[in-house]
Amino acid sequence: MSDHNDLGPLIPRNRAVHPPAYDIDYKTSVPRSPRWSLLSLDSGPSEETGPTFGHDVLGEWDNNLIMNWTRGKAPAVGERILVHGRVLDENARPVPNALVEIWQANAGGRYRHKKDTYFAPLDPNFGGCGRTITDENGFYEFLTIRPGAYPWPNRGNDWRPMHIHFSIFGHSFGQRLISQMYFEGDPLIYRCPIAATVKDRSQLDTLVAPLDMAKARPMDFLAYKFDIVLRGRRQTMFENKLEGM
Amino acid sequence: MVQKLDTLVESPSQTAGPYVHIGCMPTYAGNAGAYDIEIGESPIAEGAKGEVIEITGEVFDGTGWALRDAMLESWQPDAAGLFPGQDGADPKVSGFCRFAADSESGKFTLRTVKPGAVKARGGAMQAPHISLWIVARGINIGLQTRIYFEDEDNSADPLLNRIEQGNRVETLIAKKTGDGQYTFNVVLQGDRETVFLDI
Repeated sequence: MSDHNDLGPLIPRNRAVHPPAYDIDYKTSVPRSPRWSLLSLDSGPSEETGPTFGHDVLGEWDNNLIMNWTRGKAPAVGERILVHGRVLDENARPVPNALVEIWQANAGGRYRHKKDTYFAPLDPNFGGCGRTITDENGFYEFLTIRPGAYPWPNRGNDWRPMHIHFSIFGHSFGQRLISQMYFEGDPLIYRCPIAATVKDRSQLDTLVAPLDMAKARPMDFLAYKFDIVLRGRRQTMFENKLEGM
Repeated sequence: MVQKLDTLVESPSQTAGPYVHIGCMPTYAGNAGAYDIEIGESPIAEGAKGEVIEITGEVFDGTGWALRDAMLESWQPDAAGLFPGQDGADPKVSGFCRFAADSESGKFTLRTVKPGAVKARGGAMQAPHISLWIVARGINIGLQTRIYFEDEDNSADPLLNRIEQGNRVETLIAKKTGDGQYTFNVVLQGDRETVFLDI
């Protein structure tokens, strides 16, 4: 990478805002959590560069989960909602051209995945995945249905709150993030051991999307707003100077 | 009250869960056709310059069991050490791949070209490597690591040299098993735990 387009290294991750790898209440994390410390280093080209995704990969229905499984032929069952927001970085700048991919259960809490065996029925008109690319101001939106809560094998009677999985690709491979969006007012959020892997309540609350009546469309859909913050780049006028100079 | 910072806090990670493939690899989830074009199917197109290689492996948990539901992503430069978008980069190398542990066997395969060396920030030359990111049910934040190669000179690599325990360095080095064939296993926990990165 030449210096003239060097945007500076990635801001080191504040691990305190993220879940620890090991959480005994989320049982699958017990055998899948590294025990040794992570090796911390300044980012370099391997982390600061990343793949770019153009609109040419997107299909006409990709951000409309109500219609995309049937390619516009028949709508999915469920409470119609718009999920919208912005992708920003830690410097509060919008992230344009970010790839946002989502997946979710249907209105009954069942996923369309060969491994999901929950007896709530599949909706023949719902696939459960969508994707889009943020605009020049970092905005994205999806039309979908509110996913159902569902039980899962963990402790005796654990239920996942209503949630939508988000995978976000910024401009750097080191910004890669997968998270989940929860819904304002859902009492299951604070009983869920996966939500509770985020130890700081104020941080967990940043994953809870508020009802947004300003974006709701009368006689059609409700709306929820969900902003996402990715790692930023550190830019100071001293960044490219050699150490000690 | 002190002044307020203008910065934001990164959104907290949550596990990708067992159904990550629905959103990222629909065909793997059993939903072929959900998208016309799936992302990251191959890091190279036909005619990419360099040595085509195949890296196979498994992702093991702390009990030695291979995960059947892990999803991996890789990112790398072309054979000359140029990332896509940089001047002169090989147009046949997208550099990015998404792949998954097989739902029956737990094995994964990455077919790509061997990457060239790239300078680190500050100018030190790094040994050729592929960046790897691993998510799955039970992994609360995606795990970053790197694949280096046994048949390259790794002795001056700044990252490998930062690992204090020499016996852990080998967890990042793919073993050559044949012509263009390598094995690289990820061990999430235990005696031979992979070195994971915060980078």
